[in-house]
Amino acid sequence: MHTLELTVNGQTCRVEVGLKTTLLEVLRDKLYITSPKVGCNTGDCGTCSVLLDGVLVRSCITNALSVQGKSVTTLEGITEPGDIHPLQKAFHEHYGSQCGFCTPGMILASKALLDVNPSPTRDEVKQALSGNLCRCTGYVKIIDSVLAAADEMKS
Amino acid sequence: MKKIGKGIAAGFYPSGMSGGGDSSQAMVKVQPDGSAVVTVGSCDIGQGCKTIMAQITAEVLGIDYEAVKVVNDDTDNCPLSFGTFASRVTYVDGLATKMAAEDARRILFEIAAVMLECSEDVLEAVDSQIRVKGNPDKSLSIGEVAGAGTFGMRKFILGLGHYMRDPAAMDPETCECDPFCTLAWAASFAEVEVDTETGEVEILRLVNSYDVGKAMNPTHLEGQIDGGATMGVGAAMSENLHPFFPSLEFQPDNLGDYAIPTTMDVPDMESVIYECPSTNGPYGAKGIGEMTANTPGPAIVNAIHDAVGIWITNLPATPEKVLRALDAKGA
Ligand code: FES
Ligand code: FES
Repeated sequence: MHTLELTVNGQTCRVEVGLKTTLLEVLRDKLYITSPKVGCNTGDCGTCSVLLDGVLVRSCITNALSVQGKSVTTLEGITEPGDIHPLQKAFHEHYGSQCGFCTPGMILASKALLDVNPSPTRDEVKQALSGNLCRCTGYVKIIDSVLAAADEMKS
Repeated sequence: MKKIGKGIAAGFYPSGMSGGGDSSQAMVKVQPDGSAVVTVGSCDIGQGCKTIMAQITAEVLGIDYEAVKVVNDDTDNCPLSFGTFASRVTYVDGLATKMAAEDARRILFEIAAVMLECSEDVLEAVDSQIRVKGNPDKSLSIGEVAGAGTFGMRKFILGLGHYMRDPAAMDPETCECDPFCTLAWAASFAEVEVDTETGEVEILRLVNSYDVGKAMNPTHLEGQIDGGATMGVGAAMSENLHPFFPSLEFQPDNLGDYAIPTTMDVPDMESVIYECPSTNGPYGAKGIGEMTANTPGPAIVNAIHDAVGIWITNLPATPEKVLRALDAKGA
């Protein structure tokens, strides 16, 4: 076992991990943060997406020891507790979520986009979310939600 | 060469189990403060069971949507339901919930009639009030009625509803039978571009129209239509459990190998909602959950035929199949 120290949603955490432990396992099984979902565990669906030092990564194929000393943000950490992020508000208002399984990953992928491109076109949103699968919505209302959030965040 | 074609496909689908016999029960309990709790046994898998049951209850009791809570998360505690399948929840659970809410409203009217010294049948429930029809001055807030009923009269304001269509029996002489609660109707229109050199098919436009009976929640319906259409696009274009059948050697063994559409594969889609009320659904509603995946595929196949004159009879319409069919046609 090895000691991994990382910051998760602003809090410093220390956990014991094996050489093959993934970041997703650390988040869900050791820290009980359950917004990252185990969709495929092979890097194909994006439901386990988190921000690693602000960059979107798939935590199921991110080795835990490779994030030593880094900072991870999950959906829980994109606002202060009790607050709601404009993206969450827009997903709620525009019905961007049905079963909700893809939603945490979708919102983090959208945040990663808006952080670097606050006024994306519809095609840019599509491109940014193309690695996140959704089986319920047909994506239309997810894309609508992201564009609405971008508008709201500008004003 | 790139060729453009257009195709349409139409279909119909029953709400609830064909042949009848599927049950749903519902309970609506009015709390002493006038809010309501609906309990149903059908779960919400994202398509809006909770929302629709809350809307129906709010409508019947004349209270705000926000004043209704829906509980449907434990089959031990919830009333009987055959489940969330067969496009049945809005229709079957909706009818059960409407009956239960009406039953609860009847109890509220019993209480209010005593308080307002009037007969029950002159009462109506609107704007979070129970009041005498045509005489809004004679009114009580629903919370006053529920509170007085619960604590003063020791009433339990619990309405029950159970909807089950009788199993359809077939006439042994004529084989006639009436198996469907109601039928929802649909049509899809697709426009595609087929590349005759690569066999690739691009969907340029997809319009899906549904007769939903009554659009209880238009936003949810659009979401359901978009989602179903995307599954239809997947079935038509990319999803395949046995890409190299009959060899099973290369079958997909993880999610990434089974190619469901991504944001980049979904064409511009448009939903058209049409309301031709069913005679017996709640407020005329019909269920369209499952059928939304059905018409896009055949519309796309018809559009491919219109573009290049080939029939794809085995989905998905991969570039390989398109090229082989073009070869066979001698194009
Ligand atoms: S669970 Fe990580 S990409 Fe699917
Ligand atoms: S909302 Fe169900 S997978 Fe996206």
